Amino acid sequence: MAGSSVSVDISQAMTTAAIPAGDWLVVAPTLITILGGSLCLMLRKNTDLQPKIGIGFLALLVLANLALLIRVLDHGVITMVMGSWLPPFGIAFTVDTLGVTLSMIGSIVAFCAGVFGVATVDSTGRRYGFYPFLLLLMTGVSGAFLTGDIFNLYVWFEVLLISSYGLLILGNDRIQLDGAVKYGVLNLVATNLFLIATGLLYGIFGTLNMADIAMKVAALENPASGTLATVAALYFLAFAMKAAAFPVNFWLPASYHTPNVVVSAVFAGLLTKVGVYALIRVFVLLLPASRGYMSDVVAAVAIATLLTGALGALAQSEVRRLLGYVVIAGIGSMLAGISVGSTLALSGAIFYAVHSIIVMTALYMVSGIMCMMGGSYDLRKLGGLYQKSAAFAGVFLVLGFAVSGLPPFSGFWPKVILVDAAFSDGRAWLGAAILVSGFLVTLAMGRIWIFAFWRGGPEGTPDGEAAPSADGSAIQLTGGAVWLPLGILTALVVYFGLQPEWMIELSTRGAGGIVEPFGYLRSVFGEQG
Amino acid sequence: METGVVIMIGLFFTVAVYLMLSTQLVRILLGIAILGNAVNMLIFTNGRLTREDPPLIPPDLYVPDVATANPLPQALVLTAIVISFSFFAFLLVLAFRAYQELGTDGVNEMRLAEPEHDQTPPQGY
Repeated sequence: MAGSSVSVDISQAMTTAAIPAGDWLVVAPTLITILGGSLCLMLRKNTDLQPKIGIGFLALLVLANLALLIRVLDHGVITMVMGSWLPPFGIAFTVDTLGVTLSMIGSIVAFCAGVFGVATVDSTGRRYGFYPFLLLLMTGVSGAFLTGDIFNLYVWFEVLLISSYGLLILGNDRIQLDGAVKYGVLNLVATNLFLIATGLLYGIFGTLNMADIAMKVAALENPASGTLATVAALYFLAFAMKAAAFPVNFWLPASYHTPNVVVSAVFAGLLTKVGVYALIRVFVLLLPASRGYMSDVVAAVAIATLLTGALGALAQSEVRRLLGYVVIAGIGSMLAGISVGSTLALSGAIFYAVHSIIVMTALYMVSGIMCMMGGSYDLRKLGGLYQKSAAFAGVFLVLGFAVSGLPPFSGFWPKVILVDAAFSDGRAWLGAAILVSGFLVTLAMGRIWIFAFWRGGPEGTPDGEAAPSADGSAIQLTGGAVWLPLGILTALVVYFGLQPEWMIELSTRGAGGIVEPFGYLRSVFGEQG
Repeated sequence: METGVVIMIGLFFTVAVYLMLSTQLVRILLGIAILGNAVNMLIFTNGRLTREDPPLIPPDLYVPDVATANPLPQALVLTAIVISFSFFAFLLVLAFRAYQELGTDGVNEMRLAEPEHDQTPPQGY
């Protein structure tokens, strides 16, 4: 480099110090899942070995996320940059409490789904790649929760989207092709909208690093300008589509009941919540001013989503489609939290997301077991499940209470926080909508309880007569693989209901970390940030 | 030059939206392909358009002394092209399979997942 007219201090642009060993945990979730996914793909034809490897790697993922959570709680926000280039030049993985909490819960749900898949995915489904797709889906989900770069968020969205396509058409039924067309086209349009907004944001600020954007927005004289408003509106539409908020929610009930039930369970648990996470990230961290003047729009969308979800659930007779609408109702509650936007409301939204990930996965698993026992997903043809297994009926009751937001289970506390936040912010309508929606969901869940569990037999049989047993083609219940994951998830629902302090503290820290992102910015830019 | 490209991007978006509002799956997919290209051009334009300036810095300098193209949008667009092309390929195969299995490419006739005459849930027993 002789003859250089300018001397440049390279340490300004690159990390020169060695990265602490513990910080390598940041990339562990994506590495583990991508390794496990490729390994399972190589052993595609060995259908006996695949589940063991898949579940092993998912267990590793849970452990890695747990270690990462502990490290983030100890050390605050962790940043790791790729290729030693410092932000804004290098791509950063920035892990804060919000991201790692959701990543942690997501990996637990994926592990449960992996175990549940042993019982419900036959060898054909395994040969078509259930475990590789599940692991690669988790690569996308973990990456989306942990990245600190808005363009990488888009890339991780695509990774999870392409894996979800693979999972959705596993089995190649006619109804699945129909559902996949709607799911595929609408989700691709949503990610393209996301990319448009990101392109415009890059044009305005010349950077893609989230912390850098947040700083540049804060330094603007007029952060509520029309250009930024356009970007914010595009982001809102894109992520609302991902999260299935009204009025762009109709792809969800059209597709979520078509795949294998364990696939529905993972989708219902994770995918919409990634959209909500991205919405929180963009609206609170990146464009806080836009959230301020868009909060009325978000509130209206939240109320409409709450009510469409709950009313739609009441109008269904197919259990899985009913649950699809219950997912939508839950999204409304989280949007309500984003609309209010105080630390309290956001902590409620984060807690609700955690609760919803767990309870929706568990409920779809329950619907699968109901079909195994009763031979159908139709409420008209179900009946007498209480007589077959009282313990299973109890599990359903626990989950039904939780998803309706009744005490003493996990749905109660986030609803209390959200309603409290809405009322103290002077938005009584929003609080009322959450309560009404909770009441209607209670009715819908009560309907499943009455028709599938409580009455003696299916429609047309005299009451008290047991339902005809499932025909031979139905999948047989194979002990642990079915009950272990459901047990874990139900235990979590009960635990978060009875001991909410831990989770409340975690979500309050997560919300605080993005409302006042000093820790986030300092982690990315060092002390001067 | 930007103005011309911007007008073209607007045209692309218009065509894409028009095609996506159609009820035939093939036309919707063509709309999506055009939408992807419109988005790529949008990112490219947002990163400053320059003619005949390579994104290179002479080897003996740290800071460019002549006009250089911004290399980052090129990297972003490259990623986006790969992704949107692979998704388009997947959706094309999916649409073809759906046409084979369902015997139609009109989205209004694809009512398997959501039957047209859906029964209301049971009211009592």
